Amino acid sequence: MDVKISTTDKIVTIAVEGSIDSNTAGDLQSKIMDKVAESQNVLLDFSKVDFVSSAGLRVLLMIYRQIKSKNGKVVLVGVSEEIYDVMSMTGFVNFFEITDTIENALKTL
Amino acid sequence: MADFDTRIDYYPTHELNGIKYRRGHVLPFGATIVPNGVNFSIYSSAATSCTLVLFKKNAPQPFIEIPFPNEFIIGNVYAMIVFDLDLENLEYGYRMDGPYEPEKGHRFNKEIVLSDPYAKALGGRDTWLAEPNWDRLYPFRSRLVFEDFDWEGDSPLDTPIEDLVIYEMHVRSFTIHPSSDVKYKGTFAGLKEKIPYLLDLGVNCIELMPIYEFDEYEHSKTDPNTGELLVNYWGYSTLNFFAPKSGYAATGKYGMQVDELKTLIKELHRNGIEVMLDVVFNHTAEGDHRGPTISFKGIDNKTYYMLTPEGYYYNFSGTGNTLNCNNPIVRNMVLDCLRYWAAEYHIDGFRFDLAAILGRSQDGSPLSNPPLIESLAYDPVLAKCKLIAEAWDAGGLYQVGAFPAYGRWAEWNGKYRDTIRKFLKGDVGLVGELSQRVQGSPDMYQLRGTTAGVNFITCHDGFTLYDLVSYNEKHNDANGENNCDGNNDNYSWNCGCEGETDNQDIKNLRTRQIKNALAILMVSQGVPMLLMGDEMARTQFGNNNTYCHDNELNWLNWELKNQNAEIFNFARHIIHFRKNHAALRMKDHFQNRDYKQTGFPDISFHGTQAWNADWSESSRIFAFMLDGGHAKNGTANDDTIYVAMNMYWEALPFELPKLSAGKKWYVAVNTAMQPPFDFHALNEEPMVENQNSFTLGERSVIILIGK
Repeated sequence: MDVKISTTDKIVTIAVEGSIDSNTAGDLQSKIMDKVAESQNVLLDFSKVDFVSSAGLRVLLMIYRQIKSKNGKVVLVGVSEEIYDVMSMTGFVNFFEITDTIENALKTL
Repeated sequence: MADFDTRIDYYPTHELNGIKYRRGHVLPFGATIVPNGVNFSIYSSAATSCTLVLFKKNAPQPFIEIPFPNEFIIGNVYAMIVFDLDLENLEYGYRMDGPYEPEKGHRFNKEIVLSDPYAKALGGRDTWLAEPNWDRLYPFRSRLVFEDFDWEGDSPLDTPIEDLVIYEMHVRSFTIHPSSDVKYKGTFAGLKEKIPYLLDLGVNCIELMPIYEFDEYEHSKTDPNTGELLVNYWGYSTLNFFAPKSGYAATGKYGMQVDELKTLIKELHRNGIEVMLDVVFNHTAEGDHRGPTISFKGIDNKTYYMLTPEGYYYNFSGTGNTLNCNNPIVRNMVLDCLRYWAAEYHIDGFRFDLAAILGRSQDGSPLSNPPLIESLAYDPVLAKCKLIAEAWDAGGLYQVGAFPAYGRWAEWNGKYRDTIRKFLKGDVGLVGELSQRVQGSPDMYQLRGTTAGVNFITCHDGFTLYDLVSYNEKHNDANGENNCDGNNDNYSWNCGCEGETDNQDIKNLRTRQIKNALAILMVSQGVPMLLMGDEMARTQFGNNNTYCHDNELNWLNWELKNQNAEIFNFARHIIHFRKNHAALRMKDHFQNRDYKQTGFPDISFHGTQAWNADWSESSRIFAFMLDGGHAKNGTANDDTIYVAMNMYWEALPFELPKLSAGKKWYVAVNTAMQPPFDFHALNEEPMVENQNSFTLGERSVIILIGK
C-alpha cells in the first residue's frame, strides 16, 4: 500500500494505492491521523484501491468520527463498484459522500 | 493503540517461537480483543490439558500451538492473552487432552483441533455450497469479529406482540431465485433490497429460519434418480451458536457477515420491521457416537450432551444428540448466546425449535420448573425480547397449552393449525373448538392471554398454503427417502384433483380456500404468522418436508406475485385490514359481556340465525361479532366487525345481527366473489344491500364492518 497526502488550508487529500487490509490499515492510520486531526475536511482518493477489508473500513470510520466532530465532511472519490457494494452491504457507505471525480468532490467541500 | 494500553499488566510474560503471551482473564469465555492482543478463555470440566492452536486464515497448518501452563488455569477454565496477532487473518482452535472413555461420557482426542463454542464467527463455509477442502485439518475454524458496529441510535423495536404479523422466511430462499431482481441473491444484502416488498405486504416482523452457522454439506447426498445434490438446506443443525451463517452474506467471503447482518437489521428496524430468529438449542451438528467431533464433543462431552447411562446420546431431537440444556454450564451458554444476539445484533425475539427439550432434565425426564426456561423468562437483557416456543419435541413431549410460561413465553399454536385446516376442508364437529381458536384459544391459555399463542396454518414444516388445498397426500419422493419422511397427518384437501389441474372450477375453489385461510388467520386473536410465499401461492408440488432442496422446491419465484396477483392482492388487503382494526388485536381474553356499556358484549356468536350459533356436531358454519367499543380490551375504538364462515358446499343465508341505531353493515371481504369484489379497501367498503341478511356462497368467508 502506498499513501500520498497533500493539504490545502481546509482540505487534506489522501490518495491510497493498493489494498487496505489488516496488514496495511495500521500503517495507513499512523500516516494520516495527524493530518486528519489538523484538517476540516478529508478527500479520500480511492481510484487505485483494489480492496478494503473490515479493518480498512474501520480506519475510514475513524477518519469520519474525527472530521464529524468538527462538522467537516469526508468525501470518497473513485470507489470501485465492488468496494462500493461491500461498503453498502456492511453499512459503511452512509457515513460518506461519494463522488466520481476529484473536481466534483472539491465542489461538495 | 498505545492510548488504550492503560492496564499495566498487559505485557507478555511468556514467549514461544516468537509469539508472546501471558495469563488471561477467565471471563468472558471465547476470544475477546484486548489492547495489543486477544484474550482466549475456554472451559472443560474433564480435560487434563489444553492447547491453543493458531492458524493464519486458510493455512493448512497452524503457525503455533501454545499449551496452557498450569498457572493459566483457574477452576476448570483455561485463559491466555496472546499479543500482536493479525486479528483479521487469525483462526484459532483448541486441542483438549483427557480420557477417551465413552461409557463414562468422555470422548477426548487431542489429535482433533476443536472450534470454540463461543466463537463469534466460524470459517469453513464462507460461501454457500463452495466446495470445501475435505482433507484439511480443522474444517470449522473459530475467528474473531469486530464488535464496534455503529447502530446510530437503533434499538430493538419492542412492538406489542399482539400487533405483530410475523412472516416466516428462509434467507436464501427469499431472493435466490433469478426472478428476485436483487443484486446479491440469496443473502442478507438481498433481503435488505426487498424491504419495500415487506412493507407493501404489511408484515412487521420477519422470523428467520436458522442463521447460526451450519454446514450445508452435512448429510449431503446425491439423489440417485435426478443426480441432484441434496443438502442441509434449512440449517436446523447448529455448528456454533454465536456465529452468523457466512454463506448467507454476500460479504462472507471477506469475513464481513457480522456487519452485513447488522446492517440488514438496522435497516429493517428503521422500517418498523422486527427480526426474530429461529434458534435450535435442542441439538448440534455433531450427531451421535458415529458423528464428527467438531467442538462440544471434544471439549466436554458429558457437560454439553444428554447421555444414557452407557454413554450413548439421548435422541429427543430426532437428529442424533440432545443438548444438555439444564446443565448449569450449558444453560449459561444458551443465556450468554441469547444475550449476545439481543445486545450485539438487536434481535427482537426468538423462536425456539423443539423447545420442549429445554424443559427436560439431564436424564431426559420433563421438569415441572425447568431452570433454563425460567432463566430466560427473567433475564434482564432479554426482558423485552419475544420468547416463542415450539412446544413439542421428537421424543414425544407435547406441551402446547402447557409450556411453562413464567408470564411471558408464547408458543406456536399447533392446535390452531390443525383446527383451522380441518374446518377449512369441511370436517364436522369442530365449531366449538374453532370458536376457541379464533378467540386466541382461551381454553388453552386461560391465564396467559391471547398472545400466548402464535397462530399459523402453515409453516416451513409441512405443506405450503397452496399445497394444502392442492394435495391430499405428501409427495416427498424427491427427498430420497421413498416418501417415508415428512408428516402424514396434513389435514389437507386437494379440492377434487391431486396436484396441478386445468379444471377451472377446481382452480377457483383452491383460490377461494386460500383466501378463506388467510382471512380466518388474520381475524383470529393471537399473533398471526404467515409462511413466506403463501401470499403468492407458492408450491412445493406436494412435498411437505423440503429440508434438503437447494432448488425451486424452496426458492421463492417472484413471478408468482404477478401470476397469482388475485391471491397476493387479497393477502395484502387482509393483513392491512388486521392492522387497521384494533378489535382484532386484543391482549387479554374476551369477557363475553358488555363491560363498556355499549349495548353489545365484546364478542358474540352467530349462525344462520343471528345470536344463535350452530354448535351442533354436523355444523360447518360459524360467525362471530366483535364490538368496536371493546377494542383492545376497551382501550381503543373500532368499528364493529362481523365475520361469517360457511364451509358447507352450498350457499347459505346468514341473518345479520342488528347494529345500534344509525349504524350500517359494509362489506370488507367476501371470498365468494371474484376480484375486484373479493375485498374493498379501507373506507371504500360498499354498504350491504339487505341489512338483515347476507347469503354466503359455498365454502366462503365474509367480513363486514358496522359503522
